[in-house]
Amino acid sequence: MSIFSYLLPKKQSTASVAKERLQIIVARERSTRGGPDYLPQLQEELLQVVRKYVPVDQDAVNIQLDRESGCEILELNITLPEG
Amino acid sequence: MTKIVVVTSGKGGVGKTTTSAALATGLALRGFKTTVIDFDVGLRNLDLIMGCERRVVYDLVNVINGDANIKQALIKDKKVDNLFILPASQTRDKDALTQEGVEGVFNALRNDMQMDYIICDSPAGIEKGALMAAYFADEAVVVTNPEVSSVRDSDRMIGILASKTRHAEQGEGDIPARLLLTRYSPERVEKGEMLSVEDVQEILAIELLGVVPESQAVLNASNAGSPVILDIDSDAGQAYSDAVARFLGDNIPHRFTTVNKKGLLGRLFGG
Ligand SMILES: Nc1ncnc2c1ncn2[C@@H]1O[C@H](COP(=O)(O)OP(=O)(O)OP(=O)(O)O)[C@@H](O)[C@H]1O
Ligand SMILES: [Mg+2]
Repeated sequence: MSIFSYLLPKKQSTASVAKERLQIIVARERSTRGGPDYLPQLQEELLQVVRKYVPVDQDAVNIQLDRESGCEILELNITLPEG
Repeated sequence: MTKIVVVTSGKGGVGKTTTSAALATGLALRGFKTTVIDFDVGLRNLDLIMGCERRVVYDLVNVINGDANIKQALIKDKKVDNLFILPASQTRDKDALTQEGVEGVFNALRNDMQMDYIICDSPAGIEKGALMAAYFADEAVVVTNPEVSSVRDSDRMIGILASKTRHAEQGEGDIPARLLLTRYSPERVEKGEMLSVEDVQEILAIELLGVVPESQAVLNASNAGSPVILDIDSDAGQAYSDAVARFLGDNIPHRFTTVNKKGLLGRLFGG
C-alpha cells in the first residue's frame, strides 16, 4: 500500500465482500445438510405439481428443513409469477 | 495399522493431485510405506505428476476386476523408497468403481503389502468417484483455494465427509478432516483482494493443516514429473514438508502466510 491510498476514501475490500457472501450461503446450505435424502426429489416433484397449474421457474420451489428443540420444521416456499 | 487418507475438495483444479503426490512422497521420505491411488477414473493424471507415466501397465480398475493383482499393478517409485503408485484407469466407465472392489484393493494393500498409509487422490465433484475415494477414509485433507467457489464446495465436502464415510455410517463419528489452503498469495491478502487464511478457517471451522503459497515451483515440478515436496529449496516444497510434519502430529508454526516486510521507504512508496 502506498501513502496515497491512505488519502482515498476507504472502499470495502473485495475479500471482505467475499467473506460476507460466503458466511451467508454456507449457513444456508448447512441448514439443509444432514436432512433426509428425499428432499431434492420432493422438491422436484412439488415443482412438477405446481407447474401443472402455474408456469413457474426451476427455482420457484424452495425447501428448508429447520430443527428446533427436538422437532423438525419443513419450510416450503413457492414463488408465483407476478400478475 | 494402515491409515487411509482422502485428499478431496469438491471443486476441481484446486491442487488435490499436487497435494496427494506431495503428501505421499513426504510420508514415504519419513519411512512410512505409502501408496498413493488415483481415483480420477477416466482422467488419469497422478502418474504424470509422480513421473511414472511410462511405467503404467495395470490400473485400479484392473485390480478391482481381477485382471491383475495388487503386486503387479503397484508402481514402485524410482526416487523415493517406500513409495508406490496405483494409477487410475483411462476407461470412462465410472461404474467400474464398486464399493466391494475398492474395499478389496484396500484390504490387499493392508494385508498383502503392509502399507502404513494409503493416500486417495479424489476426483473433483461430489459424484460417485469422489464418494468412493472418501468412503473408507480414516482421515481427510480438504484442499481449498482462497476463493468463494472453492470454499463453498469445501464446506459441502466437509458435510459429506461427516455423513457418507464408513466410519460415519457405522456410528463411529466424523473422521478428522483438516484444511490445506493452497495457491495462497499473502500480497493479495494484504491488499484485501483475497480471503485470508483466518477468513477461510473461520468459515470452514476445521483444523488448519497448512498453507501452500502460489508458487512457480509447482509448475516446474509437474513439468519434471517430480513431486514439489522434493524441491526442498522452494516455498511450496517447504510448505508441503511442514504440512506433512503437522499431519504426523508435529506442532510447528505456519510459514509463507505473510508478506516479507519491506523497509519504511518501501512501505511509503511501494505498491
Ligand atoms: N501452490 C500452487 N501454486 C501454483 N500453482 C498450483 C499450486 N497448486 C496447484 N497448482 C496448479 O493448479 C493446477 C491444478 O492442480 P491439480 O491438478 O493438483 O488440481 P486437482 O485438484 O487435482 O485438479 P482436478 O480436480 O482436475 O483433479 C495445476 O496446473 C497445478 O500446477
Ligand atoms: Mg487431480
